[in-house]
Amino acid sequence: MKNITFAAGIGLFFTSLYFLMAILAPLIAPYGMAEVVGGVWEPPSPEHLMGTDNIGRDLLTRMIYGGRTTIFIATAATILSFTTGTVFGLLAAVMGGWVDQLMSRFVDLLMSIPSLIFALVVLSVMPVTIPVLIVVMGLLDSTRVYRLARAVAVDINVMDFVEAARLRGEGRVWIIFREILPNALSPLVAEMGLRFIFAVLFVSTLSFLGLGVQPPAADWGGIVKENSDGIVYGIGAALWPAVAIATLAISVNLVADWVLNRTTSLKGGRG
Amino acid sequence: MPLLAKLLVQRIALGLLLLFLVSILIFVGTIVLPGDVAQSILGQSATPEALANLRAELGVNDPPVARYFAWLGGVLTGDLGTALTSGLDIAESLASRLRNTLFLAFWAAVIAVPLAIFLGLLAVRYRERWPDKLISAVTLASISVPEFLIGYVLMFFVGVKLGLFPSTAVSFRADASLDDKLESIALPIAVLTLVVLAHMMRMTRAAILNVMQSAYIETAELKGLRMFTIIRKHALPNSIAPIVNVVMLNLAYLVVGVVVVEVVFVYPGMGQYLVDHVSKRDVPVVQACGMVFATVYIGLNMVADIVSILANPRLRHPK
Repeated sequence: MKNITFAAGIGLFFTSLYFLMAILAPLIAPYGMAEVVGGVWEPPSPEHLMGTDNIGRDLLTRMIYGGRTTIFIATAATILSFTTGTVFGLLAAVMGGWVDQLMSRFVDLLMSIPSLIFALVVLSVMPVTIPVLIVVMGLLDSTRVYRLARAVAVDINVMDFVEAARLRGEGRVWIIFREILPNALSPLVAEMGLRFIFAVLFVSTLSFLGLGVQPPAADWGGIVKENSDGIVYGIGAALWPAVAIATLAISVNLVADWVLNRTTSLKGGRG
Repeated sequence: MPLLAKLLVQRIALGLLLLFLVSILIFVGTIVLPGDVAQSILGQSATPEALANLRAELGVNDPPVARYFAWLGGVLTGDLGTALTSGLDIAESLASRLRNTLFLAFWAAVIAVPLAIFLGLLAVRYRERWPDKLISAVTLASISVPEFLIGYVLMFFVGVKLGLFPSTAVSFRADASLDDKLESIALPIAVLTLVVLAHMMRMTRAAILNVMQSAYIETAELKGLRMFTIIRKHALPNSIAPIVNVVMLNLAYLVVGVVVVEVVFVYPGMGQYLVDHVSKRDVPVVQACGMVFATVYIGLNMVADIVSILANPRLRHPK
């Protein structure tokens, strides 16, 4: 944590703030999540700092719980996409041959359709629940992690220390997890930030389209959908999630940039 | 066969193969997954008889391979079947909506492409100085916000607060004059432009900067040419191929952006049609829309590759 830059510090501060808010949501939210506490679309006041929403629920409360749902789904999907993507990517690099060809061509195929379109196709037959969302998003996104992990691992795979490990008879699992993974970790961690942002945007988009988190549960995309009718009457309640998503995405970006720069400077490269 | 023709034929064949595999993927994605389509359409309270009837109507009892080929045969002959929810012919409803979507995407591209290339050149010209930094900051911000929110922010401030343009596209009629049509979709066009502008500009900037590091640019600099002359006469011709590539990839990206933007502005296009029928669980419509979107996406990617094959002499004479 030494030599942290100013921008990265700000990014880290806001990122941790959002995560803390997500974890402590029931403690810090002023009202209950689906509790109707006032009139429809009341303007901000001391009782309701952001005003109320389309059926009179406290908007700040909805935003806090919404952040909890959005961040939870995005985090779970990122973890899923990283584990599958990394394991299969490293496996492809180490095995090579037809296994590599088969998996890589399949990933090419999956990436030849926009992931939103494919997600919509799949969600038309699956029940829309949070676990299903996490699995669909995580697996679709793992294709990108797979490509990165494979590309990095192919380079490391031919290095002398991996060769030495092979010669002393280590198994495939050892090679993947003890020789290659630790050396491939830094670019993967930097990529993780970008995938997390992508997952936040993706789940918000799905919820906005009515195909993500289902009401009365709150999430940032859903809050936009619920309050979007107010826009044409000049009521800006639906714009709050824009502020939240943008600040979260930019903060995570700043941290990811810093991690990337830090790890490339370790190798003596120039970014 | 000349090498160039061979490369092109190979690329087109690859595109067609990809399309075939994608059709399998879309079909398998909607059929073999564990969800019960009949149950999802009728809900939990459906009687077993109703479920059995609907299953027979959907053909769920036939073997999947036979159903796939029946469906594919239909798609190839332009028969997309009928929608489960409305009983209307899908190909017919799709055609007019596809025209609307292409109209919207076309005008967004007409504005976004020249603007992105111009801003990209500007960023290179003033690299590491305030115009470059400003452009980078704005693009970072626009990448960090989902399309639908950019849509609502514009709708709120430009459409409602300033009242410059209609805030939704509900007044859009396909038979209105071009002026009226453009006015009703001014805001959707602006949103789509912003969405692709950022990516396109960054990639243009990177493509030109890449060329700017070559030796002949240094020579041109040393002989005292002005920066804009260098960019125009030396850098730009050599970066045409990567830029066309960037443009095509972003038009493909536009295809996805259109889905969300149409829902935001209530525009009668493909995207809204798809989203509506996903929530109604109308599988034939979803499959048809999925295929159309995938075809456009794969087609544009193919064009991008073909242009770079044609524009790059090194690809014509591989060692």
